[in-house]
Amino acid sequence: MQRLKDALRRITPRNGDETGEVRTDGGATVTGESAESETGTGRSLLSSDFLRSMPFWLPPFLLMGFFVYGAIGWNLVISLTDFEGLLLPEYKISEFDLEMYREAFSDPSFWTAAQNTLVLLVAFTGVCLVVGLLLAILVDQEIRFENTFRIVYLLPMSLSFVVTAKFWAWMYNPEIGMINVTLRQLGLDFLTLQWISNPETKLAAVIFALIWQFSGYAMVVYLAGLRAIPTAHYEAAKVDGASSLKMYWRVILPQLRASTMSAAVVLMVFALKAFDFLYVMFGNNPGPAADILATMMFREAFGSNNWAYGSAIAIVLFGMALAVVAPYLYSEYRRGEL
Amino acid sequence: MSGAPASPNPDDHTRRERIERRVRDTDGRRAALYALLLGLVAFYLAPLEAGLMTAFKTTDAFNRTVPFLPPFGGGFTVEPWEIAFDAMSNALVNSLLLAVPATVLSATLGSIAAYGLTTIDWKYQTALVALFIAGIFIPYQAVLVPLSRLYAIVNTQELLSFLWGLPLMHEHYASIINLIVTHTAYGIPITFLLFRGYYQSLSHEMIEAARLDGASVYSIYRNIVLPLSKPMFAVTLIYQFTQVWNDLLFALVILPSGGGAAAPVTIALNSLTGGIVESFNTQMAGAFVAALPTLLVYVLFGEQFAKGVAGEA
Repeated sequence: MQRLKDALRRITPRNGDETGEVRTDGGATVTGESAESETGTGRSLLSSDFLRSMPFWLPPFLLMGFFVYGAIGWNLVISLTDFEGLLLPEYKISEFDLEMYREAFSDPSFWTAAQNTLVLLVAFTGVCLVVGLLLAILVDQEIRFENTFRIVYLLPMSLSFVVTAKFWAWMYNPEIGMINVTLRQLGLDFLTLQWISNPETKLAAVIFALIWQFSGYAMVVYLAGLRAIPTAHYEAAKVDGASSLKMYWRVILPQLRASTMSAAVVLMVFALKAFDFLYVMFGNNPGPAADILATMMFREAFGSNNWAYGSAIAIVLFGMALAVVAPYLYSEYRRGEL
Repeated sequence: MSGAPASPNPDDHTRRERIERRVRDTDGRRAALYALLLGLVAFYLAPLEAGLMTAFKTTDAFNRTVPFLPPFGGGFTVEPWEIAFDAMSNALVNSLLLAVPATVLSATLGSIAAYGLTTIDWKYQTALVALFIAGIFIPYQAVLVPLSRLYAIVNTQELLSFLWGLPLMHEHYASIINLIVTHTAYGIPITFLLFRGYYQSLSHEMIEAARLDGASVYSIYRNIVLPLSKPMFAVTLIYQFTQVWNDLLFALVILPSGGGAAAPVTIALNSLTGGIVESFNTQMAGAFVAALPTLLVYVLFGEQFAKGVAGEA
């Protein structure tokens, strides 16, 4: 380790080491420093600052880059083959084609899964945001035991999908599950349903359980957003005689845009991971009513060894995620947040 | 809203009347507010509470009792806990061996990467930052096939064969090491983001002063930034520990089919006999065994986590 540091120190002086900089700058102020780095960045990519920062970010970047970007690239290549379960595909560039994508796009069950994925993403994220905002507003009323309430609402988020799926499989059990038993006790027998075996309620039941698990997260984000709004804005609205409802709708909500954006993106990431939940609840095949691209991909690749087909579905899923995230990252970049 | 005194208002009502009415209104509204908050507590805790009650009931008892009530009149048992714990104790050890190193490693790597890309500015670093952050949003399905192929080629067990003769080492640790490496790699983007936000908010003057005093980038990190990172490390470790502990997907893909001896708690819980009515109490007990570490972490450090997520650690 010490030897590595010495080696790095030997490299850096050529491009101006720290002590050297201090000497040349003399009593350089912060502005002098930034001016220097401006000219430095203008010179070339291999500026001293680039080299000095490299030892810090390069090892993590290589590890992450290999597993994230390398793997996605590899996945893309596999999706162009017709690989079906030897150890590795044969990579013949002349034989690369979009056959797997054609197959997927002409497969009705693919479109069902894609539609369910969209419904899950939109309904889950949308309802979570609304519930989270309401929770945040409720908790923001200068209540006692605020911390306790907050932790309770956030608690389900600490559980794994496996655990929540176990809990909700039991809650939804038509015979002895808590929901139907409670409804029967209340004499509301007509409301009892076969929650997760009925195709019409299946996806909604899944989404409901996921909202239970993650709405607390939206609350935390919104609460921080609410606290960041200057009290003067509340006061001003009150002086103007706005009702609470009007105040939240007209004055507060527009200022929570950043919170909404960041919460929505993270919730969508959670929604994409809902695979675990579905897998525990329904096994390898949730059936058309609740099949999403993630479960379909897993079933094709790891259940039936249709590796290339699974890879193609995965790329479609990746494209969907990109369509959501790229505009978000770009807007963050534009706002100077990146 | 906050009950702050409003400016005096010369209306036709007497002052006393107005105050009385306001107190009455506020009380009514406050009562409704607390009722609503408690109702929500019930909603968020109901599955946990009912599950807990069920885990203490005999099969016979939970067939004839109300799900969320304790087993009145006999039918109390700890047998489901014993069965679940027996079936999952090995998996608990595996999860711990997996989650602790993966958490610490990804937090450390995220921290140094974030340091390198916040305190030292150069051209195009934004592009690199974007690549780090975009990693958070990768749907894991897009890497599963390559991951499974990678670990089919790389035989960690053989590569590390010199280790298995040592005391306390087992060959199935090779699979756990594969999982540690994978979780560390995929943890870096989120830990990077958390640390980066934090480092950007650190005082620049202090670091600048240290620089002018001749401190190297390394000693600045070690002596100034790292000690200041403690609150953010807490947040990151909580988040990553929960993520790794709770993961099922990577374990399904990377471990031998069924998890083998290296199965973490998520796999062990999933394979506790499912579907059969009789085993619901065991499954609930198992769910609590698997969830206990992360539940504890949230109850003890949830406040800190909430602040960290909100960027005010």
